[in-house]
Amino acid sequence: MRLASIDAAALAVGLRAGMPLADARAQIGELAVVPHDPVLDQDWLDRLAQGCARYTPLVALDAPDGLILDIAGTEHLLGGEAGLVADVEMRLARLGMTLRHALGPTADAARALARYQARPAPDEASAIRRLPVAALELEPEATTALVRAGLKTIGDLAGRPMANLAARFGADAAMALRRILGDAPSPLDPRAAPPPVVAERRFAEPLGSTAHAVKVLSELAVEAIEDLAGRGKGGRHFRATFFRSDGLARSIAIETGHPTRDTGLVMRLFAERMDSLADPLDPGFGFDMIRLAVPRLEALGASQLKLEGGTVKDAAIDELADRLATRLGRGRVRRLRPADTHIPEQAQLELPAADAPPPLAWEKPEAGEPPTRPFHLFDPPQPIEVIAEVPDGPPHQFRWRRQAHAIRRYEGPERIAAEWWRRRDNGGLTRDYYRVEDAQGRRFWLFRHGLYDEKPDPRWYIHGVFA
Amino acid sequence: MRESSPQLAGLRKRIARLTANGGFESRRAEGWLASGYARFDNAIGGGLAIGRTHEFFAADALDATNAAAFAALLALRTPGKAPLIWLRTGDAGKRTGHIYAPGIAELGGDPDRLLLVEAADPRVLLACANDAIRCAGSAAVIVESWGKFPLLDLTAGRRLALGARDAGTTLLMLRLNAVPAPSVAETRWNVAAAPSRELEANAPGAPAFDLELLRWRGGPAGTRWRLDWNHDQNCFGDAALSGALLPLPARRAMASHGAAAA
Repeated sequence: MRLASIDAAALAVGLRAGMPLADARAQIGELAVVPHDPVLDQDWLDRLAQGCARYTPLVALDAPDGLILDIAGTEHLLGGEAGLVADVEMRLARLGMTLRHALGPTADAARALARYQARPAPDEASAIRRLPVAALELEPEATTALVRAGLKTIGDLAGRPMANLAARFGADAAMALRRILGDAPSPLDPRAAPPPVVAERRFAEPLGSTAHAVKVLSELAVEAIEDLAGRGKGGRHFRATFFRSDGLARSIAIETGHPTRDTGLVMRLFAERMDSLADPLDPGFGFDMIRLAVPRLEALGASQLKLEGGTVKDAAIDELADRLATRLGRGRVRRLRPADTHIPEQAQLELPAADAPPPLAWEKPEAGEPPTRPFHLFDPPQPIEVIAEVPDGPPHQFRWRRQAHAIRRYEGPERIAAEWWRRRDNGGLTRDYYRVEDAQGRRFWLFRHGLYDEKPDPRWYIHGVFA
Repeated sequence: MRESSPQLAGLRKRIARLTANGGFESRRAEGWLASGYARFDNAIGGGLAIGRTHEFFAADALDATNAAAFAALLALRTPGKAPLIWLRTGDAGKRTGHIYAPGIAELGGDPDRLLLVEAADPRVLLACANDAIRCAGSAAVIVESWGKFPLLDLTAGRRLALGARDAGTTLLMLRLNAVPAPSVAETRWNVAAAPSRELEANAPGAPAFDLELLRWRGGPAGTRWRLDWNHDQNCFGDAALSGALLPLPARRAMASHGAAAA
């Protein structure tokens, strides 16, 4: 076992990350050790990134322990770069985090400065030139080779022809150097794209009560919806983020089945969502900022639905579906859509009502014929014991759920082949379906899975029940 | 006390109004979910009243599909696109099977009208049912439950019934594997599968239902019918009339059949 990471006190007494644990214990008797959990670390970093959304919408993760914020155009909100840095330091110190930070002209430059800067410099450009070549993050051998050649800093490298570097250490090395120097773009991969419509409010004094926060949220909803109305759009997805004064944030999102500009509806769905949260919204030391974002917009005409009698009722049903989906989870309110396949259990799709596509035509019944598909379908089919003629006779009797059924009437077989054109092995068993009626008048859908020449002892299943 | 007396008087008036007619106003139903078979509909005053609660008990656990199909077909044979909201618990798919849209389409129903809601447990089911029936514009709300439903006591049942009456929605309670018990339902049915009319080559025919009216607020109960479903005409019919041959009743005496229906 090795040390994954150490704190400043451990560094001071001579421990290093990567050291065997036994050696570290031998040096320092009373060493406090915590098991390393990369998943929890990632989770924590993600929560910090969410909290940093207060400074800029463009926050990128630099795993395992870095965050890159694109603050261009937003730093003046906190009194310039110095004010912003002081705010970040203050909040992270409250969470007990040790912070190394740097500002740079490009994301890669800032990152290299934060991670590798050893000596102070009068300005950014010279600070970059004084960075060690390790900041390029090449293979260890390549770094050693550069240092042996006397090229110890980025500045040493920058003065030499780029082609030589590329020839010796690969195009990646040259590219990394150009990125740090700002000659090549260093695109940021932000955690979330900035939403098109945002309304937010900051408070000088943090809000201690959730009820008050919800009231502010409803004011924000009015603002956001005015913005939506101006664009001729409606929101499909609303996300409220509550930023706590200790730097963490909590997001709550709702979705609607149709674009909406109804403040009442949005607030009812938020209330529904908050009621059903397993861990309620916790103000902690208070919320100092609340933001309502509308990440997903769709065109919505200016017409009022309520002018037409018929659509009011549709709107009521849609609202009910949204409300139940918010309370139960979006996958639990469903609509049925056909799928183009012969395999019975795949012929219908149960889709969340919020994103079910417009209805498609279902197969129409044949006139004068009884239904050939059951009302209830078992998926997966349930195994039964059947007495039937071998090889392909109809069933005479079957046993299902500890009850025997004598078959009085039957129709079949309806032979459904496996979809060999979709299977990698081009195989699959043929099914012979029988529609049967037992002595009590109950109708079932049974099938034999496989023909006798496909399989020595094919099993029987019940796949559905007819009305 | 002074300011509460008008409230008290209002409450007294309301109680008097509620108790005048077994808890419900005697106003006429706004319409009926009719079966399309005139003799059946006339015998129960036009059909299943809209804006009321109706209960369907499956005679046996194996009759669940017939009970569900009977309730669903009554709602789906109404013209228009009004949705049928179907609430069931998460384990219903395993017990009675998933609601299968191709099968509904082959019965002549429109599966696009179905809005399926899956509740985690009976408590959530009841809460969702209360929301669903208060939402006007549905063809009907089907609430499917399995076994005893202790949460659905008389108070809860009345709350549902009042909600349905106020919004004008029809509540169809599908009680599977349960024993009929007193409730505020307008009608209560016992539904079982009936042998179908035989087709060529001994094939099973159209869906057939054995129905028993266990309770009806507007008249005598106890009548039995045997109906079958005709998807071409989108209506129910008398199994005895549409079939050339009435099969022997398999499980129960059908002595009152026909005569009682008149």
